[in-house]
Amino acid sequence: MNIIVLVKQVPDTTDVKLDPKTGSLVREGVESIINPDDRHAIEAAVSLKEAVKGKVTAVSMGPPQAIDAISEAMGMGVDEGILLSDMAFSGADTWATSFTLGKAIEKIGNYDLILCGRQAIDGDTAQIGPQVAEYLGISQVSYVFEIEEIKKKTMVVKRRLEDGFERIQCTLPALLTVIGELNQPRYPVVSGLIDACKEKARIKVWNASDIGAQASELGLEGSLTHVVKTFAPKFKRQGEMLEGNVQEVVGDLIGKLKENRLI
Amino acid sequence: MSVWIEVDLCSGCKRCQKACPYGAIEMIDGKAHILDRCTSCGACIELCREKAIQTDTKPKEIPDFSDRQGVWVFAEQRDGKLSRVSLELLGKAQELAGVLNQDVSAVLLGYQVAKLSKRLIGYGADNVYLAEHKALKDYRTIAYTKVIHELVEKQNPNILLMGATHIGRDLAPRLSRRVGVGLTADCTELVIDPEEGILLQTRPAFGGNVMATIASRYSRPQMATVRPGVMEVKQKRGNKGNTIKHKVSITEKEIAAKILEKVREKKKSVSLNDAGIIVAGGRGVGSKEGMKALFSLAQVMGGEVAGTRIIVEEGWIPVERQVGQTGQTVRPEIYVACGISGAIQHRAGMLGSRYIIAINKDKSAPIFDVADWGIVGDLHEVVPEFDRAIRSSKGK
Ligand SMILES: Cc1cc2nc3c(=O)[nH]c(=O)nc-3n(C[C@H](O)[C@H](O)[C@H](O)COP(=O)(O)OP(=O)(O)OC[C@H]3O[C@@H](n4cnc5c(N)ncnc54)[C@H](O)[C@@H]3O)c2cc1C
Ligand SMILES: Nc1ncnc2c1ncn2[C@@H]1O[C@H](COP(=O)(O)O)[C@@H](O)[C@H]1O
Repeated sequence: MNIIVLVKQVPDTTDVKLDPKTGSLVREGVESIINPDDRHAIEAAVSLKEAVKGKVTAVSMGPPQAIDAISEAMGMGVDEGILLSDMAFSGADTWATSFTLGKAIEKIGNYDLILCGRQAIDGDTAQIGPQVAEYLGISQVSYVFEIEEIKKKTMVVKRRLEDGFERIQCTLPALLTVIGELNQPRYPVVSGLIDACKEKARIKVWNASDIGAQASELGLEGSLTHVVKTFAPKFKRQGEMLEGNVQEVVGDLIGKLKENRLI
Repeated sequence: MSVWIEVDLCSGCKRCQKACPYGAIEMIDGKAHILDRCTSCGACIELCREKAIQTDTKPKEIPDFSDRQGVWVFAEQRDGKLSRVSLELLGKAQELAGVLNQDVSAVLLGYQVAKLSKRLIGYGADNVYLAEHKALKDYRTIAYTKVIHELVEKQNPNILLMGATHIGRDLAPRLSRRVGVGLTADCTELVIDPEEGILLQTRPAFGGNVMATIASRYSRPQMATVRPGVMEVKQKRGNKGNTIKHKVSITEKEIAAKILEKVREKKKSVSLNDAGIIVAGGRGVGSKEGMKALFSLAQVMGGEVAGTRIIVEEGWIPVERQVGQTGQTVRPEIYVACGISGAIQHRAGMLGSRYIIAINKDKSAPIFDVADWGIVGDLHEVVPEFDRAIRSSKGK
């Protein structure tokens, strides 16, 4: 079984703070990590490989330093890595990103299963998985929290819904987006990490021409959506103390909530 | 591609610095400079009044979309029940369609769901595109993608909105790729730009630390998923709408997925991250028993219960519900802090909330410094009264 995992390197958003003066993001000292959901995808890929034999390839699109994310994935048991890195890829929206990843996966070819995280914590879009599946024309199941069975041509998984779940059988090849409930990711083993560092050969770096793409299809230029502006969310506190007896203050509060269309 | 600054043109206004989501612009001697961190996202380019920010990206021509008409809403139903977010979207769609002077349409897929048409019309749909087929009974990605794609190709809508539910977040990206359009996820604000007439889609990014406004100029329909619970439901009494049937032909083979079993269950995992409303308790709640009033309030408000580290240590709530420096960071629309002093480690996890309500006996508790509305009083009286008042305002 050939499995591809899509891994994104993201800033640890729990560390990201706003500079109260400039209103811009303070990025200094913010660590880059493997997107949390993607760790679960890596774990699932590696444990499937261990169970049914096969090969796991991690693919990441990002700046040169995203190679660290791939090395770490290799420390967790991934066999090969491909870093898609080119200035032409930068500024991509999900349309251009899914195209780039899709092109690379076509080039890798011969895959049975693609695993990715449900969403990346920097953009929170959850769009890449389904868009890559559509690009490749294969079946997809999102919000997967259990892989029940995997055969040559089909698999059975459980998909989380707001108020329960579904057991779904789908054909292979398939793309799954996974959530944290799926498993407990293993820690990367040091020897694996060292191997990954020493044998950078096992990590290939591809640019736009390696995947046969034109600049006009990639990055900001190839994007269909564009950021018009960004701004800090307004958290100006009203700082109002409500006074009176219990009925009065609660009545007052309900009034405020209604005024702000919160209820 | 890359982005650079013509220093001579720069007026030092800092607009670009504020707008940069990556903190990649620095002011040196009163002029903007781009740092290595720049990802060429382009967010700064249009903002520059001096046109000092330049890029080698070829300006793309914006196609003429004046023939694209209509604001569409995907009417999500499960087991014949419409999701609330579909009605919320119809409320928003009425507003957008009003500005554009276009129609509102709902897209309804399922099996034996025709009766929902009337309801959609009552909430603002001028047209309901109805596709009924056994194969569409339950949501399945490829089946729904195919049918909506056909409708879009036939009718050429201008805007298409879906709820950012588990179904919407599965369907919208798949469909956007098939139709060949951009998609903005999880929007919390939608308005029509008065000059260009395009849809401006605002959404939180970087874990809610930044808001980004996104436009989709190069493709139609302009597609967005919208966070449930944000838009307002608007009934449109006496609205007359048409139901237009769409003939479906689809095979199980092309759908490539079967639902073997559907299970409804109470949520096992607590998702404080997604909660729009959080009712949080601190030591002031007094006991595990005392938490019941908070659970009741959370339930009637449609939210989750959380708390401080102290009450986790006391065993009144499980650790997954702890908010703060060593717990979770949450960003609900409303955070109700009951009997919480507001220690810095707790505040670290909840300052991103849109509105904070604090109930505490001690009027000098630091929680009041960060509250929008503060109530000095005994939470054992205030919380049940609040609960009762909300129930009666909802008419329950
Ligand atoms: C390294 C470190 C990490 C920490 N991480 C976290 C964390 O992640 N999250 C966290 O929450 N804490 C954390 N803490 C603990 C934090 O410092 C505080 O101790 C804790 O948040 C206080 O919890 P509290 O507000 O429930 O209790 P208290 O500080 O005891 O406050 C109780 C409040 O309830 C009020 N009250 C009492 N009775 C009533 C009543 N009947 N009606 C109304 N009000 C009443 C009191 O006036 C008081 O203000 C951390 C501490 C350290 C040192
Ligand atoms: N640049 C990227 N490189 C590799 N995988 C990615 C990239 N962006 C997104 N993904 C994958 O798609 C998932 C969803 O990302 P998103 O749609 O950005 O929320 C992530 O969890 C990754 O598995």
